[in-house]
This record gives sequence, structure tokens and C-alpha cells, in this order.
Amino acid sequence: MTRQFWLATAAMLCITSPVASETAPSAVTYVDGAIDVSLTGSPGDAAAGKKVMTTASLGNCVACHQIGTIPEADFQGDIAPPLDGVADRYSEAELRGLVANAKMTFEDSFMPAFYKTEGFTRPGAAYSGKAPTEDLPPILTAQQIEDVVAYLITMTE
Amino acid sequence: MQRHVARLATTLALGLALTGTAFADPVDDSLSIETDDGVLEIVTTTAAPAHLSDVMDTIYSGWHFREDETRALQRDDFDNPGMVYVDRALDSWNKAQGAKGESCAGCHEGPESMKGLRAVTPRVDATTGALMTVENYVNECVTDRMGLEAWGMTGDKMKDMLALISMQSRGEVVNIAIDGAAAPFWEAGKEIYYTRFGQLEMSCANCHEDNQGRYIRADHLSQGQVNGFPVYRLKDAGILTAQQRFVGCVRDTRAETFKPDSAEFKALELYVASRGNGLSVEGVSVRH
Ligand code: HEC
Ligand code: HEC
Ligand code: HEC
Repeated sequence: MTRQFWLATAAMLCITSPVASETAPSAVTYVDGAIDVSLTGSPGDAAAGKKVMTTASLGNCVACHQIGTIPEADFQGDIAPPLDGVADRYSEAELRGLVANAKMTFEDSFMPAFYKTEGFTRPGAAYSGKAPTEDLPPILTAQQIEDVVAYLITMTE
Repeated sequence: MQRHVARLATTLALGLALTGTAFADPVDDSLSIETDDGVLEIVTTTAAPAHLSDVMDTIYSGWHFREDETRALQRDDFDNPGMVYVDRALDSWNKAQGAKGESCAGCHEGPESMKGLRAVTPRVDATTGALMTVENYVNECVTDRMGLEAWGMTGDKMKDMLALISMQSRGEVVNIAIDGAAAPFWEAGKEIYYTRFGQLEMSCANCHEDNQGRYIRADHLSQGQVNGFPVYRLKDAGILTAQQRFVGCVRDTRAETFKPDSAEFKALELYVASRGNGLSVEGVSVRH
């Protein structure tokens, strides 16, 4: 091994694991679809989560779900159940599991897995239509997942 | 906001709870087109072909899923922005543009000689055994019979010509062969149709079969039929081939797309076209 190799590896590790306590997508443990502990080790920010949920290039949850508590997001889709009252139906750990990879809860779900980086057929680099040139990042970061979870747990009825 | 109003009205009419994920049906309407040669009736709804009987009863042209104003543009050739491209292609058809001054008209006479072709393509050519789209046939003449460089599959010259040739079959019933020599291509296309591509892990069927009639954000999901292609797309202010549309749909699943005229997309076009067997060729349709 050359010194350059080690330097390069060290630099890569710095980029791919910005926070030591963060759980990488491949290291997540699902128990009946749920994820018990925060992916970042701390609680998320609900206001930031709301933004992720309505931004097309990020969570875009409103593409499929109606979310009555966010009326300012127009043209909400009707593909999936409305999210209102979702915190009455699921625990925080279950919600974290649903956002990270809903297929662990609902087999073959149409809902995309937001915290998954492997096992795809012809993945592309985001919406470029081209093959990725580097390791595929998850659609949402650990922080963004926690932010969305923080918003979802406020959704009681 | 308009669609919300429309949906509200529909939901109320059906007496359903507003919160129910009601299946937003295709608009109940029919299409007759004012043409230079009188009124032409277009079949936009019909019984699904036998090979789809497990998954749906009725097939609908994408026309049924568009807004009132968009549908209206297709009722009169005078209003259809796609007709500009057809006119442009007629000039090209008559022009002596081959290496030795050949023109399409010189060998084929009028474009009416192409009547019927669009309704049965993609198809396996009886003499060569190759899978052929209309574009493939055009390029065969452009290169082998006119001594020119191949036209780009999604370039203006090709799309104009495709529009002109499709118009010759307007109103004819789509009748794609799926057995015999076509069978292996049809199977390959079907496989692609049901494969969940990209980081979003979505297949054509996830959107255009399982969720047809529903809204994904502002988009009313149609069955993804290709009987209307080429389409004039208001959003792009231009005409699109079926395979160009496939590129967009695959890209939107965060996937690496296939290229127009790839073996994969040709097989997929044959398969998707066969899901529309029974609908009319629309010539150049209008979508948003
Ligand atoms: C492409 C469509 C789609 C998108 C985008 C989507 N979901 Fe879903 N979601 C579904 C479907 C479909 C279900 C129903 C589960 C099933 O049957 O697969 C679901 C179920 C859920 C559930 C369980 C709801 C219940 O009441 O059982 C939650 C919570 C959820 N989604 C949250 C989210 C969040 C948060 C986002 C954005 C980060 C999101 N979804 C984005 C399609 C989607
Ligand atoms: C030199 C004569 C010649 C020229 C010029 C020519 N073609 Fe052809 N074309 C043919 C022949 C021959 C065939 C094969 C006919 C057959 O198999 O029945 C053909 C077949 C086709 C077909 C397939 C028709 C079918 O029903 O299978 C299309 C489409 C076509 N030509 C389009 C064009 C276009 C567009 C142009 C001008 C850009 C053009 N051709 C120029 C001779 C020509
Ligand atoms: C994430 C959902 C989604 C997926 C997956 C998807 N499409 Fe689409 N497609 C759309 C939307 C939205 C439109 C525009 C509205 C409509 O016509 O449904 C569209 C339009 C189309 C149209 C145009 C229909 C018309 O009449 O203008 C065709 C054809 C089509 N899709 C084919 C495909 C094929 C083939 C695949 C698989 C390779 C595919 N789509 C995958 C969402 C999707």
C-alpha cells in the first residue's frame, strides 16, 4: 500500500461519514420495520423536516400523500394514505423505519426507500438519467430523515 | 388549482367522502376531430386487448387524462400546434435531398402511400426479421436509398417525418402483432415494463397500471399509452417520440435511462404499443 492510497482513503472516510455517531444506510437495523435509535444520535428539527417533505428533489411526500397540516403545498397527490394523524398510528421508531425504508414495513411498497444505497436496478445519478460515477448517496441524509421524523411525530389528531 | 375544483365536483357527484382516496377516473368525453377532409371519429376508450385481461378491462388514450383546454386543442387541426410539423415534413417529403437528388415522393409518390404503417409498428419486418419502428424504416431509405447520413432518431427532420407518416394512419385502429416473430421482442418489452428501475425502484406498471387515474402531485396518471405519438407537448413546445417520453419517465425514477433506438426501448415500444391495441392512431396528439 502506498502512502497516497491511505491518504485518499482517509479523505474518503471523512466525506462519507461526517459524524462519527451517524448510522450508515447499510448499517441500519430494522426490527419489524422499525428503527429504534436516531440515525444521527440526536433528535431532528421539525421545521427543517417540513421543508424536506414538500421539496420535490428531496422527500416530496406530498407527491403521493395528502398532508392537511401543510396546506401551502399545492397539488397534493392521492396515491397513498393521508399522513394526518400518523403519530397516533405509529411510534417514533416505526415512523423512522417507514421514512428510511417503507419496504421493511410494507412489502414491495410503491413508497421509495429514502435511506438506502444498494440493491437497485440501473440506478442513476439523481435525476440526470446517467449512471452514477461515485457511490450512490441515499436520497435523504440521516439528518434529513431525523428532521422528517421530528415533524411526523407532531402529527397527532 | 383547477383540478382541485374538478375533483371536488366529481367527488361530490359520486357522493364519496372527501377524504377517501377516490379513483379519479379518466374524463368521460369523446374525440371527433375537424380535419380538412371532414370530421374524423377517434376511438379513445375501448375494451382492453386479451393479453391485458388479468390487469384491466378498459384502455384509455392519454387524451382522457388531460385538462379541458388541452383536450380541446386536439378537436380541430386548425388549433393543433402539431400540424406545423406535419406541414414542414411535407416539404421535406417532396424535396430532392438525396445524394443523387432523390426525394421520398420520387419513389413513394404521395405520403398517403404510408397509410396503415403507423398502426402496425413497431413490427418485425417480414423480409429482414429485424424489429422496425417507423423511424428505422425512414432511416433505411435515408441511408441506403438516398446515400445520406442517418437522421438523428430524435432530431427535427426525423420527428417531422414521423408526424407526417403517423397522420396517414390517423383514425386507424392500432393492431400490433405480438405473436410469431414478434413474441421474443414482446416478452423482452414486457419484462422491462414490470421492472422496478432506479433509486426510486419504480416500474412503468407501478405508475401507469397500479396508479392510473390517480394524481402524483399535479400529474393525472394516464395508462402511458403510445397511440397518440408523436405528441405535441405544450410543456416542451415541440413534438416528442414515444421513446423520448420513455427517457423522461425512466429518468424520473432516478435511473440510468436507455437511449432512443436502443434494443431495450424498441422492445418496450412494441410492448407498450400492444397495450393500446384497439385504440385509434391519433396522428399528432396534444398533451400538456
Ligand atoms: C411515490 C409515492 C410515495 C412517496 C413519494 C412517499 N410515500 Fe409514504 N407511502 C406511499 C404508499 C403507497 C404508502 C402505503 C403503504 C403501502 O401500501 O405500500 C405509504 C405509506 C406511508 C406511511 C404510513 C401511512 C399509514 O397511515 O399507514 C407513512 C408514515 C409515510 N408513507 C410517510 C412518507 C413520508 C414522510 C414521505 C416523504 C419523505 C413519503 N411517505 C413519501 C407512497 C409514497
Ligand atoms: C430510391 C427510392 C426510395 C426513396 C428515395 C425513398 N424510399 Fe422509402 N422505400 C423505398 C423502398 C423500395 C421501400 C421498401 C418497400 C417495400 O418493402 O414494400 C421503402 C420503404 C419505406 C418505408 C416503409 C414502408 C412500409 O410500408 O414498409 C418508409 C416509412 C419509407 N420508405 C419512407 C421513406 C421516406 C420518408 C423517404 C424520404 C426521406 C423515402 N422513403 C425515400 C424506396 C425509396
Ligand atoms: C413515477 C411515475 C411514472 C413512472 C414510473 C413512469 N411514468 Fe410514464 N408518465 C408519468 C407521468 C406523470 C406522465 C404524464 C401524465 C400521464 O400521461 O400519465 C407520464 C406519461 C407517459 C406517457 C405519455 C402518455 C400520453 O398519452 O401522452 C407514456 C407513453 C409513458 N408515460 C410511458 C411510460 C413507460 C413506458 C414507463 C416505464 C419505462 C413509464 N412511463 C414510467 C409517470 C410515470
